[in-house]
Amino acid sequence: MPSFRTPAASGLARSLAGAGAVALLAARSLATALALLLAASVLIFAGTQLLPGDVATAMLGQSATPSAVAAIRAELGLDQPALLRYFAWLGGALRGDLGTSYATRQDIAAVISQRLGNTFFLAGVTAAIAVPLSITLGVVAVQWRDGPVDRAITASTRAAIALPEFFVGYLLIMLFALNLGWFDSSATVYPGMTLGARLWAVALPVATLVLAVAGHMTSMTRAALLNVLSAPYVEMAQIKGVSGRELVWRHALPNVLGPIIHVVAVNLAYLVVGVVVIEVVFVYPGMGQYLVDSVAKRDVPVVQASALVFAAVYVVINGLADLAALLANPRLRHPR
Amino acid sequence: MMRPSRPGAATFLSLTFLAALLVLAIAAPLIAPHGVNEVIGGNWSPPSAANWLGTDNVGRDLLSRLIWSTRTTLTIATLSTVLAFLIGGAVGFIAGTLRGWLDIGLNRVNDLAMAIPTLIAALVVLSVLPSRVEVLVAIMALLDATRVFRLARALALDVGATDYVEAARVRGEGLAWIILREILPNALPPLLAEFGVRLVFAVLFLSTLSFLGLGIQPPATDWGSLLKENKDGLLFGVWAALIPGAAIALLAIAVSNVTDWFQEWTTGAAGRGKHG
Repeated sequence: MPSFRTPAASGLARSLAGAGAVALLAARSLATALALLLAASVLIFAGTQLLPGDVATAMLGQSATPSAVAAIRAELGLDQPALLRYFAWLGGALRGDLGTSYATRQDIAAVISQRLGNTFFLAGVTAAIAVPLSITLGVVAVQWRDGPVDRAITASTRAAIALPEFFVGYLLIMLFALNLGWFDSSATVYPGMTLGARLWAVALPVATLVLAVAGHMTSMTRAALLNVLSAPYVEMAQIKGVSGRELVWRHALPNVLGPIIHVVAVNLAYLVVGVVVIEVVFVYPGMGQYLVDSVAKRDVPVVQASALVFAAVYVVINGLADLAALLANPRLRHPR
Repeated sequence: MMRPSRPGAATFLSLTFLAALLVLAIAAPLIAPHGVNEVIGGNWSPPSAANWLGTDNVGRDLLSRLIWSTRTTLTIATLSTVLAFLIGGAVGFIAGTLRGWLDIGLNRVNDLAMAIPTLIAALVVLSVLPSRVEVLVAIMALLDATRVFRLARALALDVGATDYVEAARVRGEGLAWIILREILPNALPPLLAEFGVRLVFAVLFLSTLSFLGLGIQPPATDWGSLLKENKDGLLFGVWAALIPGAAIALLAIAVSNVTDWFQEWTTGAAGRGKHG
């Protein structure tokens, strides 16, 4: 009976209800992420196992004798039913056992743990530069919108979005590695390298990736800000005489936090895929290079394992994006 | 009457660029100075009067290879995009028009299929299937169809909620009639705009696969494989392999300009229709 509640108690009850609602929504995005991950594992497994191509024939070549193919199939456990093999694979993956490579006989989990570290380093440095850079550029563009600064930012983001990563990568190689000789054309990293040397080694791939991601992120930040600035309460603040800078920073930015977090997450998820091409361009020993090499060698266990890792990172980033947008949105935190 | 707003200079330049690409692709045998696999000299010879862009990794004329590769890239990208729109459009329209459990089910399955990034999904499939043209077209079309499905379904839900579609339902028109006569004409402008976006994506996607060595296989050539084969030429001053990268960028900008103009025209016309 609400009429007997003191204002303080009703405030407490409301924020408790809000916390409960957030927990519920968080639980739901976790469940969604798990369902997506499970679906990804089914798709990856089905993609490699149920399609007409046969791993044993692919490994031995078309001219292999039937008995040799049968022997390989038995050795790889391919004579078992697909469903059993799926659960054996998934169970192993959950325990951290990703199997052994057909081509090199190496333990896949051991290789991936090192290469994933390298990829996260590359993506992390990129994000550390690209995120603050793009948000600043987006805000600056909106603050002086339709002026020369805005036009310059908009034009350059448009160009950055249009340029394919490998093109930018080779352009930078041609300029800074071949002509000026400041960097190596391949980004070699190895265990035991100092942080400084490592950062120097990844400078060109990071620059390429920053350009690719910052274009999208800047234009999406700008669009999200403009969207908020066209809201009635902003017009009200303008009528009340709030200055341009205060309008952007105090009135628009807090409300645009959710959309911006979403923009950042979308681009981080994109980065996960973007690294594949960039690692190949710069011969960087990360997950992308590993996946592409294994596809060419038809090393199916490695393909499955690396694709699963990529899908997991992708799903986790997207899930975190949903969650962050939720937490940044006061209307969802305090329902009614 | 709908009247296109006068195309600006940017739109005009963009249309010219697109037309030039189209002519290169269609008339490649007439324009290319040499055959696609004709060896005409030593490898990596720098640009000269005889070979404007130099020669490639095995001594073929790079200008000719570039023209032939334009033909491959545009043909395959167009083919897979058209297929994607036929599949994704049909399924999306049916789901959005029928609504109910079929729609919910299809939408869920589509969401799950989109859980894997497209490049990763394509790589997984290409680890067991050969990189033949028909396989590449099928993979690209199916992956793209998931994106088209989303848009087509949303459009069908949108248009399907209008009074005139409700009236057609009540009249007892069949599903095919409603989709082809009511939904499709009203959903066409946004679908056409999306077609441009998806076509650019297909060009980029095919180029990426070929650059990774998993797309078009030698001796055939496309924009991505041209770069893959000739990236070492950068060391010898043969930079023509970078042209496809610039071409992709120009294509993206041109298509986006034309799409903007097209959207302005259609929405502008629709707005006039509503109020005037």
